[in-house]
Amino acid sequence: MIEEPRVGVFICHCGVNIGGVVNVPEVTEYSKKLPYVTYAEHSLYTCSEAGLAAIKKAIQEYNLNRVVVASCTPRTHEPLFRETVQEAGLNPYLFEMANIRDQCSWVHMHEPQKATEKAKDLVRMAVAKASLLEPQTEPEVEVKDASLVIGAGVAGMTAALSMANQGFKVHLVERDKGLGGTVRRLYKLYPTLADSSEVVDPLIKAVKSHKNIELMTSTTLKEASGYVGNFNVILTSPNGDKEVNVGTIIVACGALNYQPPKGLYQYGVYDRVITQEELDGILKRGNLGKPKRIVMIQCVGARKGEISPSALEAFPKSDTAELLRKILKARKEEGWPYCSRICCMNAIKNGILIKKQTPETDVVILFTDLRVYKEYEDFYKMARDLEVRFVRHIEELPPEITRTPESELNVIAYDALSGLEVEFLTDWVVLSTPLRPRRGEVIHARMLKIPIATDGFLMEAHLKLRPVDTNVDGIFIAGTVSGPKDVPESIISGEAAAARASILMGNRKVRTDAITALVDEDPCIGCGLCEEVCPYGAPKIENGKSKIREILCRGCGSCAAECPRRAIIMRHFGDEQILAQVKALLVAESLKEVGF
Amino acid sequence: MTKEIEEEKRVEEEFEPLIVAFCCNWCSYAGADLAGTSRFEYPPNIRIIRVMCTGRIDSTLVLEALRMGADGVLVAGCHPGDCHYQKGNFIMEKRFSYIIKAVDSIGIEPERVRLEWVSASEGGKFAALVREMTQQMKQLGPSPFRLTYNPK
Repeated sequence: MIEEPRVGVFICHCGVNIGGVVNVPEVTEYSKKLPYVTYAEHSLYTCSEAGLAAIKKAIQEYNLNRVVVASCTPRTHEPLFRETVQEAGLNPYLFEMANIRDQCSWVHMHEPQKATEKAKDLVRMAVAKASLLEPQTEPEVEVKDASLVIGAGVAGMTAALSMANQGFKVHLVERDKGLGGTVRRLYKLYPTLADSSEVVDPLIKAVKSHKNIELMTSTTLKEASGYVGNFNVILTSPNGDKEVNVGTIIVACGALNYQPPKGLYQYGVYDRVITQEELDGILKRGNLGKPKRIVMIQCVGARKGEISPSALEAFPKSDTAELLRKILKARKEEGWPYCSRICCMNAIKNGILIKKQTPETDVVILFTDLRVYKEYEDFYKMARDLEVRFVRHIEELPPEITRTPESELNVIAYDALSGLEVEFLTDWVVLSTPLRPRRGEVIHARMLKIPIATDGFLMEAHLKLRPVDTNVDGIFIAGTVSGPKDVPESIISGEAAAARASILMGNRKVRTDAITALVDEDPCIGCGLCEEVCPYGAPKIENGKSKIREILCRGCGSCAAECPRRAIIMRHFGDEQILAQVKALLVAESLKEVGF
Repeated sequence: MTKEIEEEKRVEEEFEPLIVAFCCNWCSYAGADLAGTSRFEYPPNIRIIRVMCTGRIDSTLVLEALRMGADGVLVAGCHPGDCHYQKGNFIMEKRFSYIIKAVDSIGIEPERVRLEWVSASEGGKFAALVREMTQQMKQLGPSPFRLTYNPK
């Protein structure tokens, strides 16, 4: 039996952020009267050193066993406060937050009275949940000191080398026969105009000769199971299957250059309409000759089209695979809404290369937005100095391409500055197409249970704070698999993913999430609905009862909601705990209305 | 008759509905936070309960909230394809069609219960949604299950 709750409530002014709208002293006085509240105070900044010290002091002085902080959002500050209560000897899960800033004072700043009433409600709800919280422990698991890197492009090879140099065993698998990924197929790289081989060759040499790297080419994933610290992956190649047991996985299987459909800007119709990637190949082979003019068109199939509402409507009825197929189909038809980040620089680079080779060739870049950042601005200036011409065309009127009887190409565009129609007779039309997700990624993602974002790339655990982590502990992403990146960025993400994986492998042990599901065996009838809905395969029916393997559980709670016998207990987000919040809000609210 | 209409109008104006929102930690709760960071104002009629995923929200939680007198219940999660847990929002979507039927069958307007997708970057959408839903609940008037609603 849990001891009687003794809740401490700490309300933050957040300077004037909360205190300037919500009457904090009034909320503090109010919370003192709530059930189980032993102590309540307010401070200017609860997250300051003084504020945290006050929490610890009060826990000791008033023998508090639950803590509620009413301040900002748990998404940023819960870890800090949990740590604080833990330092004072409390289990970190005996803590709850009321979000009275982001979801109250900031959005109701012209209604201080109502905001104060809402803050009271939010505190009351948090106290109700806190009194029902239970201590949780984060299970500890061993981490195998070996890693699997999927994809031997620049990012994957960088990651593999980084871990191998730290003494970890690395299995590096590549689906192609050769190493080097997308970069190997390129000619020169911006902004140094270095040959791509200068980047790729040393990496290939190093991974091939490293004693800690086991390299497997023409190899793909067949099956994956396990969890952080202990993944079992079956790899398949023409030589047969092989099983590896690793502690971490880095997914670095890259992206694809978008291949325009036949007919888009006459691609596939006129043979001198090509993509930048194809131009790279021509330049590499030295086959360009001395053209009079080359016209490049930016954002072909990029930054256009949202997923159509009809495609979205169809999602709910379908499973994930069907959904992804629809996303891809919608993208194919309407183009990709994101900026691919590298195409502007790539076009400028090829423009510079052509100008240096044959200065008399007129290079025209048709764009709607040109995005060059940091020192790349100088690169753009270099192109201008070399007289590469940049023409901004009207976005709504895409350039039209026809062929003259003399089989020259004719590009008609609408100049955004003058609003006039401009015409270019040209030898080549080069389409700058975006990087797009590979279908293979989808398969990897499904096998490894990594979520995919609506743009089709693998999704990071947090866009800002955890850019190389995935939602699956122990699996990291590097390179263009999570979105378009250039070479330096791919190397950075490769190093970053390796560093993240090495932390786990270096520590040999990891604590996993405590918020997991638990089966109460008595009511369980072994119907298997939990098994059916779980995206992670955590529940398993054994001897007519469901058993949830904690280590596989990610804590979404879908099984608990689906269970017809309510036999699944969600730790920290239990039925009673959620209902307590609802009840604290509504029942008390009704009483208030009749004048209690 | 006119008196009745006037009375109804007055109730509508004075009535402050209470909306319970279940928001998933990764998208909609973050979207609500972003509305705050961006200072997008919305009516103070909503109280957000954080859950990890909309897949956690079962019919009981929604129906209990209504039974206890919530004027509206909002379940908000990640856009299709963006679920942090791959498919929790689909599970909820499927379940939601049953919930709506259950709500209807106990004599509550199905409009009182909504399932919406709000991403972490859609602070504006969240604020607009709360504005719209509050207005809608005002028009619907107090929930028949509201224990005591006593317009002065």
